[in-house]
Amino acid sequence: MPEGVASIVEMILIATVYLILFAVAGLYLVLLERKVAAWFQLRLGPNRVGYKGLLQTMADALKLVSKELTIIDKADKFLFNLAPYFPIITALMALAVFPFTEELQAFDINIGLFFLMAISSIGVIGILLGGWASNNKFALIGAMRSGVQTISYELSVGLSLLTMVLISGSLQLSEIVEVQKEGWLIVQGHIPAIIAFMIFMIAGTAETNRAPFDLVEAESELGAGFHTEYSGMKFAYFFLAEFINMFIVAAVATTVFFGAWLSPFGITESIPMLGIFWFGLKTLLIIILMMWFRWTFPRLRIDQLLTLEWKYLLPLNLMNLVLMAFIVWRNLTIQF
Amino acid sequence: MSYFSDIYNGIKTLLTGMSVTGKYLLKSQSGAITQQYPDNKDTLKMFDRFRGEVIMPHDENNEHSCTGCQKCEIACPNGTIEIIWDRGIDAETGKKKKNIDQHIYHLGMCTMCGLCIEACPTDAIKWGQNFENSVYDRKHLTRVLNKPGSKVRPGVED
Repeated sequence: MPEGVASIVEMILIATVYLILFAVAGLYLVLLERKVAAWFQLRLGPNRVGYKGLLQTMADALKLVSKELTIIDKADKFLFNLAPYFPIITALMALAVFPFTEELQAFDINIGLFFLMAISSIGVIGILLGGWASNNKFALIGAMRSGVQTISYELSVGLSLLTMVLISGSLQLSEIVEVQKEGWLIVQGHIPAIIAFMIFMIAGTAETNRAPFDLVEAESELGAGFHTEYSGMKFAYFFLAEFINMFIVAAVATTVFFGAWLSPFGITESIPMLGIFWFGLKTLLIIILMMWFRWTFPRLRIDQLLTLEWKYLLPLNLMNLVLMAFIVWRNLTIQF
Repeated sequence: MSYFSDIYNGIKTLLTGMSVTGKYLLKSQSGAITQQYPDNKDTLKMFDRFRGEVIMPHDENNEHSCTGCQKCEIACPNGTIEIIWDRGIDAETGKKKKNIDQHIYHLGMCTMCGLCIEACPTDAIKWGQNFENSVYDRKHLTRVLNKPGSKVRPGVED
């Protein structure tokens, strides 16, 4: 096999593995969300299909695949059909750069974090297109809110990650992990790193359009928001993309703040394959934290949302950036 | 500097909320309030304050404490209770006395407001905990609460 063909085959194989793995992971995140939601409300959650409801999400996926794809007469058909692919493709593309273990990283580029942020903001185009093309007032309001929200909170995500780049000294994800062998960045950067983590979690929750920032869907006022007119598999793309995006935010937090595949205190340093277990565990804990937010806090109003970003998070973030720069300059970081 | 104290208070109140739901999360494995109804039909016990239907308790001598005063019938806002009564001669005293023939309760019209039970001076009617009230014909929803051949318990009317 010539080298060019071999590399293309390699790419396709890796992409297929990732696609299948994360489609299933996304489906199981839906189940986890429903289970965790039930526990927060002292309920039981889905427990009928399969052992303790483990097959529930498969049954739901089967139902969505078999449903009719409704098309609206007055919709812009091309854009309406195109929109669902934006969030799902960008979400899956972002997964390529994560270092799951030292070896298992599909695409290690030197602008890793920048790539992640750039790609995760393309997803909102799909939401805007979907809302616009639906020709529906609820969908349009939802989509416009999504635009406002994503553009505002992108800043906070970027600045809080930039704060951490100051201490890691690189945008490349494998380099960032390398730096953390002397202590996770949240420990190394102590006070400003913890503030940056809190800001990142708030802005990340807003970026994925989850409660308490789910103004985009806002069931009580907008029907289902931007995907009101979507059914079947096209709805499933939006839905799956939301959960994969949640995984991405958690994975970024794991990589940048909690040392990615590094085990705590290096207890399993001799077994490199366990890296994927540690990465998964940390990501899962952060995902549960985001679910905790969702089932605790009430939804913000649009003006409160923008006040929080522009009057609180952004100035705090800038102050925090200066503080972090000072700490790195005076070598006040904690290293083991 | 209310700016920073606002931030501090904001974070504190958010954490208070999260601690409440966090406690629920830890408690949920043992204390879920969901009843898996058809599966636990044999062991399911309804709560004391649950309002399923109006019943009239009878004791072992087939005696109830309804005097036929009709206060429940008057208290009912939507005519759920009908009492059919007549006057008889009391065997001991020889005086005329009101006694009930049928205490009719239309479950289909009842809104479970409980005004009849509050109005009853002798506690003759109470809430029952039965909730499996669906029937195939609505005539089964009209119930006669006093059992056939029952009579009022002596001493209730004094």
